[in-house]
Parts: sequence; C-alpha cells; structure tokens
Amino acid sequence: MSIFVDENTKVVYQGLTGSQGRYYGLLNAEYGTQVVAGTNPKKAGTDVEGIPIYATVAEAMEATGATASCIFIPAPGVQSAVLEAAEAGIEFIVAITEGVPAHDEAYFFNKLRNDFPNTRLLGPNCPGIISPGKCNIGITAGHIAKPGGPVGIVSRSGTLTYQALYELKEKGIGVTTCVGIGGDPVPGTSFIDCLAAFEADPETKAVMMIGEIGGSAEEEAAEFIKNNMSKPVSSYVAGVTAPPGKKMGHAGAIVSGGKGTAQAKMEALADAGVKVGQNPTEAGELMAEIVANL
Amino acid sequence: MDLLEYQGKQFFAQYGIPVSDGEATDNVDDAVAIADRVGYPVVIKAQVHTGGRGKAGGVKLAENAEEARTHASNILGLDIKGHVVKTIWVELASDIAEEYYASFTLDRSAKKHLGMLSAEGGVEIETVAEENPDAIAKVHIDPTVGLTEDQCRSWVEAANLNPQANDGAVDILMKLYTAYVEGDADLVEINPLILKPTGEVHALDAKVSLDGNATYEHPDYSKYDATQPRDEREEAAHAKGLQYVGLEGSVGVIANGAGLAMSTVDVINQVGGKPANFLDIGGGANADVMSGALEVINNDPAVKAIFINIFGGITRGEEVANGIIEAMNRVNIDSPIVIRLDGTNADEGRAILQPHLNDSLMMEPTMLDAARKAAELAG
Repeated sequence: MSIFVDENTKVVYQGLTGSQGRYYGLLNAEYGTQVVAGTNPKKAGTDVEGIPIYATVAEAMEATGATASCIFIPAPGVQSAVLEAAEAGIEFIVAITEGVPAHDEAYFFNKLRNDFPNTRLLGPNCPGIISPGKCNIGITAGHIAKPGGPVGIVSRSGTLTYQALYELKEKGIGVTTCVGIGGDPVPGTSFIDCLAAFEADPETKAVMMIGEIGGSAEEEAAEFIKNNMSKPVSSYVAGVTAPPGKKMGHAGAIVSGGKGTAQAKMEALADAGVKVGQNPTEAGELMAEIVANL
Repeated sequence: MDLLEYQGKQFFAQYGIPVSDGEATDNVDDAVAIADRVGYPVVIKAQVHTGGRGKAGGVKLAENAEEARTHASNILGLDIKGHVVKTIWVELASDIAEEYYASFTLDRSAKKHLGMLSAEGGVEIETVAEENPDAIAKVHIDPTVGLTEDQCRSWVEAANLNPQANDGAVDILMKLYTAYVEGDADLVEINPLILKPTGEVHALDAKVSLDGNATYEHPDYSKYDATQPRDEREEAAHAKGLQYVGLEGSVGVIANGAGLAMSTVDVINQVGGKPANFLDIGGGANADVMSGALEVINNDPAVKAIFINIFGGITRGEEVANGIIEAMNRVNIDSPIVIRLDGTNADEGRAILQPHLNDSLMMEPTMLDAARKAAELAG
C-alpha cells in the first residue's frame, strides 16, 4: 500500500497550460499517474496533449471524478488556487510552487484546518509525492525510485528527497511512498502527519526521514517517534557544518527555544531511537542495515 | 530582509505607531541640523545590522549642538562587530517611566501568529524567557480571524504592565499587528516599548524583518535591498538572483536546492575539504543561471576547485550541461570543475558533457566521490 495516493488517484493540474505545469504534468502522465484534467479559465474547452482543460477545479472534478490536484501556478496565485481546490472538495492538494509569502501560507493552512478538515495540503515549495510504479504527482524524476517497499520516505528538502530515493534504489531497496513536505515555514503536511500514515500502512516497514536546520519540526517528529512509532527510522539532517544562520531577532530565538541546529535535531532523533547518518549516503547505508534485519 | 532601526521606525510610522521625531543621515553637519530641528536633548544612534550598539559606543545622548557634533563624528565610521557605521539616526530623547517588550512573529509549531508582551523590557528578552518565562504574556492568533480588540486587551492585561499603559499598549499592538500582516513581516519587535511619565506609550526601538517572498506585493521594498548586509561576493550573487552565502574555504559549491547545497557543504567538510560558499541555484536552473553562478564563484580568489552538484527534479540535466559549457565559453574559469549529475535527464546531460571532459572539467558518479576529488584538487 501507499499513503495519501495510489494508482486510482485522479489528478487535476491547476496550471497545466503553463510551461512548468505542462512539462511535469505530461511527465507525470507518462509515468502512469491519472492526469485527468487541467484548469485555466481562459482556455476552457481546449486540451493539452489530449488532457481536457476546464475553467474551474469544480468543473474538472464533476467531469472527471478527480480527487486530487497539483498546483503549478505562480506564487501570487497560489492562495486562491489552494482555496479553490478545497472549496471544490479536492481531498489532496499538492502545491509545487516556490516563493509563496509566509503570511499567505499561514492563512490558507488555517483556513483548511478550520473549514476543510478533510482536505490535505502538501507543500507549497515541495517536490510532491511519488508512490513508485503507481502515482507521481510533482517534479520527482520517476526513474530514480524503485517500486514496492518496504521503506517510506519523508523529506523537507526537494533535492535531498531525490538523493534518498537514489541511495535506496542503488541498494536495491523499494519505496512504498516518498513524500516531499517542503522547507517552507508553514508546510501543509508535517513530518508527523507522514510518520503517522507510514506507521498505519501495513506495507511500510521502515521510514527514512530527511530534515534540515531551522525550525523545530525534527524535534517534534523525534518526540512523536519516541511515543508513537513501532517501525524503525533512519535519518539525515542537512546543515551539520552550516555556519550559524541569520537570527530573526529575539522573538525567533524564543520560539525555537535553543532548537533548530542540526546538532540539536540529530541528538533529539538519536534519543528517540532513530539511526542518524552524517550524510545522505550514510543514512542510506543505515536504512539498508535496518531493511536487512527486518 | 532585515530593516535598520530607522527604516523600521519609518515603517511603523506608516501604520500610525508613535515613534520619536527624528531623521537619518550620513554626515555630521546634517546630524546637527536635525538635532537643532527636533530639539535637545537628542539621542544619536548607529544604524547597523547588529546588536550591542550601546556597549560599543554607538548610542549617545547629546544635550546641545556641540555634543551632537562630537557624538555624530565619533559614531560615523565606527566599527561595531565588523559593521562600519555609514548612517546615524538622530531623534528627540524620551523620558522613560517603564520599559516593556512587544513582538509578533510566526509560531511555526502552532502554525499561527504569536504575540509576545512583557513588562520586563529593555533588556535581553531571551534571558527573561529562560529565567522567568511567566513574565512573557503570549497570544496565538489565527490568521483567518486576526487579532480582535478584546483578545488584545485580555493579552495586555495578562502582561501586568502599569495599568496606566494598558490603553496605549492596546492601541499600539493593534497597529503593530496590522503592520505585521499588511507589511508581510516575518518579525516586528519593539524593545523597549516605553511608558512615558506623561502616560503615553511609545516605540523607542524598532526591529523589523520582511518576507523576501512578498516583494511582489510591496514594490517599495526594493529600497531596503541596498542596506542588506552582504560582502562583495554576496552582493555579486544577489545581483544575479542567486542564493549565496560566503564561507572561508577553497572549494566553490554550486548545487540545486537548499538541502542539497547544505548537504554538499557538509560532505566537503567531512572529506577534509573547506567549502568557499553555499550556493543554491534553485529549481528551474538554466544556462543563464549556471553561467552566473560560475562567474560569481570564479571571481572569488580563494576558490581552488569547483564542485557542481546537481540532482535534477525541476532542473533538467541537459540544461545544466549546456549551462556549464556555455559558461565556460563566456568566462575563463580558473579552477578545475568537478561535476556530479543525476536525476531528470541525467543521461542526456552526461552525454552533452562527455566530449568536453579533461583536466579542468571532470565528472564523478557519486556525491562523495566528487567531494573527495574537489577537496583533493583544492589542496
């Protein structure tokens, strides 16, 4: 099994007529994803390589039965695109776009949490989600992921997500689902959301988690792993040797409460029983050991 | 984008938050003229992107024109923790009865805005947070609802300020929240927020950080660009729209994605090399972006080898390969380049590079191999 998506997931691409949307939408379709529609109010009635374009997400859902959407719309339009999809009843929204203002993200995150609790948002500023062999929504190169299992991947960084997939494939290890949650201040889906879903998924036997300096999401994930996970986890946190970043005034320091460094995150994860690697390759090797002992 | 104090005060003033009458200048004669206009005593403050200005002699009180001239000439040009003072802010000195702390920022854990208010302001608020966390009143604000006046009043009352300050504090905090949201700020902070003996509440300092992603909504923010603290290399990279942080080593780094760039820096350190920089060329990098990145790195005299680490998602392998070749035609690159290329269309990219490989352009199969090679070439 996979989490959040599978081979039956029908996806509408908001922004399929734009250059990035078209490129990746068609790549995703070629991979086998059910790319059933695109939206663009000015191009309704046309098509992109046979994929029909509708004026709105609601119309696309009605015509095609789509339950997921993928957003390739420039940053200024992302908030209204997310809200349009949620209002239409989309259950899973993947927002790829980078550069969305943090206040917009905080607004639509809370809007979804309050008014559309059954809609899950992934991103923005994320590579998307791939369940190898079944469904690929976003910008991940499908060929670097080996289908099957037993590993689930969750990552805050786009390119390190690919790195993780690649490291596992090199070792002959398959992946149930790989979720790139993105590195923005208010990600729609958190490490904990993914860890809980992997814990509940019978085909996922172990989880690889890729973190980054800044914020406290890794520390919160470590707490969750300690208390709620029976499945083994390996991890890597990027930025071990990064010089101290810019401090966002006193308020930022208070909110993070001394958390946020790679060292603090790696210690929290190790305390929770996670196997922590010093680089992506080492984290992959640790996962290979875990898989060998399953 | 971090604002200097005077920019922060001007930003606050746009939203009706009371700040002291004053002006910024870069020369002594103007400083005296400003002091004469606002009236004595005045405070003359160094405008630099670092704390500890007072201890370094960057904040002085002047009772008259002569003192204003002396302090202005001493502070201009002063070096405060490596930041040379180019601008000073001259403002009317305020009588202070009490000093408070106030701020709004995003609480990434709660995913809501967080307001913090303390009766113990003017000092290191981090110390207060550690030693006496109850002295900071906090309020979480749902961005879809905003800060209501009732909520703001309860919050102010919970902070146990002098009751005389409550009305003024509510007024300022409502305006500060508006400034925070409408201005797309990552942080707005007033420390100290003062109560004057006359009963007025007033922002005596201003710390503002604005969201660089929101500049399309605020075209006027381009004026803050010139005062961001950057070294020469960072300035050149910024002009090309590149995410660059200068480091002290000899291996130039180009990677796509912040995570991979950080990881590249980590791996170079782990194999015994010293990275010269962090450079994220981002998603969708094309020949122009790659050329620009190589030019910036090539201009750093400390660089002895360059490691280009690309794992393609949104960046396609052939774009990277064409970018490198085009850049090598445009600029005379002094250092050897080691490339590691994987991901989307990596085979196409590698095929484009293959005929160009030689002693100054090498390709390695893995990130660790490439890091070792680059570290070795850099000596």
